Amino acid sequence: MNHDNNQHVHPEVHVTHGGHHVEHDGDGHHHHKETFLTKYIFSQDHKTIAKQFLITGMIWAIVGGLMSVLFRLQLGYPDQSFEILETFFGRWAPGGQINPEFYYALITMHGTILVFFVLTGGLSGTFANLLIPLQVGARDMASPLMNMLSYWFFMLSSLIMLASLFVQTGPASGGWTAYPPLSALAQASEGSKIGMDLWIVSMAMFVVMGLLGNLNYIATILNMRTKGMTMTRMPLTIWALFFTAILGVLSFPVLLSGFILLLFDRNLGTSFYLSDIYVKGQILPNEGGSAILYQHLFWFLGHPEVYIIILPAMGLVSEVMSVNSRKPIFGYMAMVGSLFAITVLAFLVWAHHMFVSGMSPFLGSFFVLLTLLIAIPSAIKVFNWITTIWRGNIRFTPAMLFAIGFVSLFISGGLTGIFLGNSTIDIHVHDTYFVIAHFHIVMGVSAFFGMFAGVYHWYPKMYGRYLNNTLGYLHFWVTLVGAYLIFWPMHYMGLAGVPRRYLDFRLWTSFNQFDNLNKFISIVTIIVFAVQLMFVFNFFYSIWKGRKVRSQNPWNATTLEWTTPIRPGHGNWPGEIPEVHRWAYDYSKDGRDFIPQTEPVNPDETKH
Amino acid sequence: MVVEAEKRTIHPHKFALWVAMASIIMMFAGLTSAYIVKSNQANWEEVRIAPAFWYSSIVIIASSITIQMALRAFKQREKPRYRTLIVVTGILGLIFLVLQYYGFTWMWDHGVRFQGSGAGQFLYIIAGLHGLHVMGGIVALLVTIIRAYTGRIQRYNSVPLEIMSTYWHFVDVLWIYLFLFLVIMK
Repeated sequence: MNHDNNQHVHPEVHVTHGGHHVEHDGDGHHHHKETFLTKYIFSQDHKTIAKQFLITGMIWAIVGGLMSVLFRLQLGYPDQSFEILETFFGRWAPGGQINPEFYYALITMHGTILVFFVLTGGLSGTFANLLIPLQVGARDMASPLMNMLSYWFFMLSSLIMLASLFVQTGPASGGWTAYPPLSALAQASEGSKIGMDLWIVSMAMFVVMGLLGNLNYIATILNMRTKGMTMTRMPLTIWALFFTAILGVLSFPVLLSGFILLLFDRNLGTSFYLSDIYVKGQILPNEGGSAILYQHLFWFLGHPEVYIIILPAMGLVSEVMSVNSRKPIFGYMAMVGSLFAITVLAFLVWAHHMFVSGMSPFLGSFFVLLTLLIAIPSAIKVFNWITTIWRGNIRFTPAMLFAIGFVSLFISGGLTGIFLGNSTIDIHVHDTYFVIAHFHIVMGVSAFFGMFAGVYHWYPKMYGRYLNNTLGYLHFWVTLVGAYLIFWPMHYMGLAGVPRRYLDFRLWTSFNQFDNLNKFISIVTIIVFAVQLMFVFNFFYSIWKGRKVRSQNPWNATTLEWTTPIRPGHGNWPGEIPEVHRWAYDYSKDGRDFIPQTEPVNPDETKH
Repeated sequence: MVVEAEKRTIHPHKFALWVAMASIIMMFAGLTSAYIVKSNQANWEEVRIAPAFWYSSIVIIASSITIQMALRAFKQREKPRYRTLIVVTGILGLIFLVLQYYGFTWMWDHGVRFQGSGAGQFLYIIAGLHGLHVMGGIVALLVTIIRAYTGRIQRYNSVPLEIMSTYWHFVDVLWIYLFLFLVIMK
């Protein structure tokens, strides 16, 4: 029955990639011969691609995190020299003291790596690939080949960015936003030479990766759902990943066009962004350009980018919270609606990053209004998460703890967003540690918490084993407490006017009061980083040595991924794809703990 | 529910193409809005549009018509007619690119260089990027042509050709939009 219907819905699927959709015989086993190369390296299986994204993202997280630890060392102890800095940075830290110009390169790369390679590639790359086919009931993505190419563009982009760390003049150093003229003129700084070109090329590859992946995610969610899986029966993870993909598809191309103009300015003598510039006693011929134009093009992506980071985390947290509270998610449609509202608003608020660019205050007031509107869907989501766990039968698994931690951090960081969204306040605290504290809490650490929740919760699906719980609890508490200890004091520093992007504040006597605080933050950073390494150890150790999963549905969840075998093959379900009869959140209903989505609705059942 | 499921007959690849087109539109929207912002600022330099661009516009519209006829011939299983029309489309596509190239050299010879940030420099980038998209289309057309002439198995599945023609119409309409934009907004 079900099988027939599948053929009816997608008659063309067989023709175009029959090799991977073996629905003809109603059997999901993969009959092709698999070598190590096709199974683990050039795999077209969405589950393997998800793991590739995750592990690549983890490697980047270690690199980017280590950078922050090392420069935090110097920030906390500006008068001391550390041998380890010279070991890592060589001539960029002569005598164990970071060269101030190299500090710019470090923060630029730290930002680029964490924002794009970890929290975009590593987060939505991992969970979109893993969860979309499994939770909507598809054998694989709409185009497994494009999906594989997406990962390999990520790899290419990663390699180019990695190579830029080792060029003689150093990596890009104009900030992760790459504002011209610093990014457009090779003579402006060492990092604006070949490092900047590599940065742009790498980011262009990254855009290609995003487009290939996102196209697939959208097409799969809209066209490949199993029988009965209507849009309003989808788990919130899928909704969140769907809106993330839409944001990516519509905002990344604008960034690409900004980069193309930048490349022309750098290499072919145009002056889209350059005008009236005087470098090292030399007047440049460029005239008529506008650096603000780049800022508009950049932030038209840049702002949606923060939602590209946070929406998947929101989706993962919603799902983990509902499963571990043994309660349906509160306000499912309100959750979907607020995701939609955030997606729309994401495109209308970019200029709030530019309040001090000389923008008309009249125009600024519109962006203030639109920015503050985001507080409404955000508050709806927070309210719904809290009401979901309210009086729930909560299981405090590490995943659940990270989900709760996410909500805590999202509230703390979101509140300072209201400060910064007001142009009157933003003008005062712009480019101070207040901004650093705000975005690290609200999109940095909280997105990491969403990602951790996802990794702990779906690890049994990925590897057929559990992560170690004790290490998980340790990981959670140290990271939560540490994140607050690191970033909370930065608000006060920012309000006192401490500017970002400075390596050494010793000559600034008014900031001497923060000397000990700076040392404290640096020490906590080292501890928190060490705990992340412990998580990495837990991750790899558990792949081979973790406790084995014995039950098909270890969390007693309702969604489709837990109807697959413990270690699903390519094609996910050995038999037919199950049919869906209900939404994803039937927990504690009619005296039953949970009812899987695949169970037909009983006529006597209460309606939700 | 079942009825709703059966209505969804759009092929996932076709759908992916539509999303990709939205994405490409956003890239050109970024460039054309940058153009508008720049054109309202000081030192904006206008430019004379090369006559070749008028001819190339006619050629690309003609190629859109031929690919539509090719698609119809394919669906009516008129293989010889289909083969001729798809080759004609490919040739028209190449002629379009050659004419674009002539347009660029005409402008270069009339003193429009990369120095500056007026209409001329934007035109090089906008039309150049569009040309790259046409080039991608020609590669896909080439594959379609090779498939039309080789292979013993008769193919009746029109989806690949439909995707091809949708993309080709898209680059056509995109060019007409960009061209009119450049003519009107100079």
